[in-house]
Amino acid sequence: MSGLERCPVTDWQTDFDHTAPEYAADAPAIWQELRETCPVAHTDRFGGTWLPTRHEDISAVAHDTEHFTSRGVIVSVFEPETPAPVGYAPPITSDPPFHQIARGLLLPAFAPKAIRPLEAPTRAFCSQLIDQILVDLPASGVVDVAEQYAQHIPVRVIAHMLGVPAEDGDRFRGFIHRILEMAGQNDEPVSAEDTMVHYIFTQIEKRRGEPSDDLIGFLLQAEIDGVPLTDEHIVGTIALILLAGIDTTWSAIGASIWYFAQHPQECARLIAQPELMPFAIEEMLRAFAPVTMARKVAQDVNLGGKQLLEGDWVLLPFPSANRDPEFFENPNEVILDREKNRHAAFGLGIHRCLGSNLARMELTVALEEWLAKVPEFELAEPEAVLWSTGQVRGPRKLPIRIPAAGTPRTAKGAT
Amino acid sequence: MKISFNREACQGHNRCYLLAPELFDVDDEGYAVLLVTGDVPEQLHAKAQLAVDNCPEYAITLTEENPPA
Repeated sequence: MSGLERCPVTDWQTDFDHTAPEYAADAPAIWQELRETCPVAHTDRFGGTWLPTRHEDISAVAHDTEHFTSRGVIVSVFEPETPAPVGYAPPITSDPPFHQIARGLLLPAFAPKAIRPLEAPTRAFCSQLIDQILVDLPASGVVDVAEQYAQHIPVRVIAHMLGVPAEDGDRFRGFIHRILEMAGQNDEPVSAEDTMVHYIFTQIEKRRGEPSDDLIGFLLQAEIDGVPLTDEHIVGTIALILLAGIDTTWSAIGASIWYFAQHPQECARLIAQPELMPFAIEEMLRAFAPVTMARKVAQDVNLGGKQLLEGDWVLLPFPSANRDPEFFENPNEVILDREKNRHAAFGLGIHRCLGSNLARMELTVALEEWLAKVPEFELAEPEAVLWSTGQVRGPRKLPIRIPAAGTPRTAKGAT
Repeated sequence: MKISFNREACQGHNRCYLLAPELFDVDDEGYAVLLVTGDVPEQLHAKAQLAVDNCPEYAITLTEENPPA
């Protein structure tokens, strides 16, 4: 917790706080109540922030780049300094027309066929992690899968893509915690050498004059209209890939394991019917979408009957859109073979998550490997599960119990 | 059954490519490419419907054949 005092929320319609632990713990119920009673909620916190909870309103904002700017995407008391249309972390903070140029540079590296070669090493890494967990398993059979499994997978994949040492992962998680989970709430001084920007500059300097085939090297050689990218652009984009690619995917992997730990029959069904996996993955993404994006109002506009003023923040809780009964049948029910699933876990409109194919691959591989080696598991202490606060929601503590030595399924029945 | 694809609406979610690779490919930037023109072969009707029902941007539409005049 930060040392800053936080006023407790007494009314979610007029004084919500998406950074409050009680929001993190119970967000789906809060969204449902707001959808039914006050579908565009407001708070004076963070300088004035709106929270639409219906799919229709969230989709409208995500598709409207005229009235809403991406100049700010993390709601905090600090005003983003870098102006539109570039913003501080292109392309996520960029608006048209620059957005398309900055995004176009990165799209090929994240297209489905480009990320396919990452699947085998990701699978091998997941397998190693699980083997180690089983070797280290205490007599109680209890392990925190958020800490010991889920969080390591995207860290390794992103480090590989950026071309930085896998051991730097712990530092990444520190950056993420400060910048995303505790946005604007830090009161502890951070030394200059320990900042993400310093880390990224160090990595850039290493590659100057020494071309590398990783993403950092690619950005150093990239040009827009024959002009190399500015240092601010390169640093911002690397920061984006580092921040956006890790705790999001970690959250989705953790939330999926959390679900299956509580639904052994559905877990057994998925193991028995692996052809359900592509549908099950999308259903996990729908039901437990980790990411809430944000915009700033660029021009006064009406949204769901509320008048939004220039400069206001607007949160885009895609996971709430994914549970809107106007848009999905039985939205609170997890249906592994749901065939009609236009979920918005990766956003909507021009800012569709750049890393969605990577995230989907990681989630699929992480779950497949887990279920293959640990077909039976349960929550060890349901009340000990801790969900992250802020705009990325997922389990940060997830103790599960693996019964009787967690022997691989193939060994079952053997004597 | 005819299928049509609106490239302007496509944002590269790639759901169609995953669910119906017989009908959709992706280009180097990850945007969908419709592989069939006009009629969808009968054996792919179900997959075409899946592609429609899972596109978050409503970029794919299916229309029944015009009834005989």
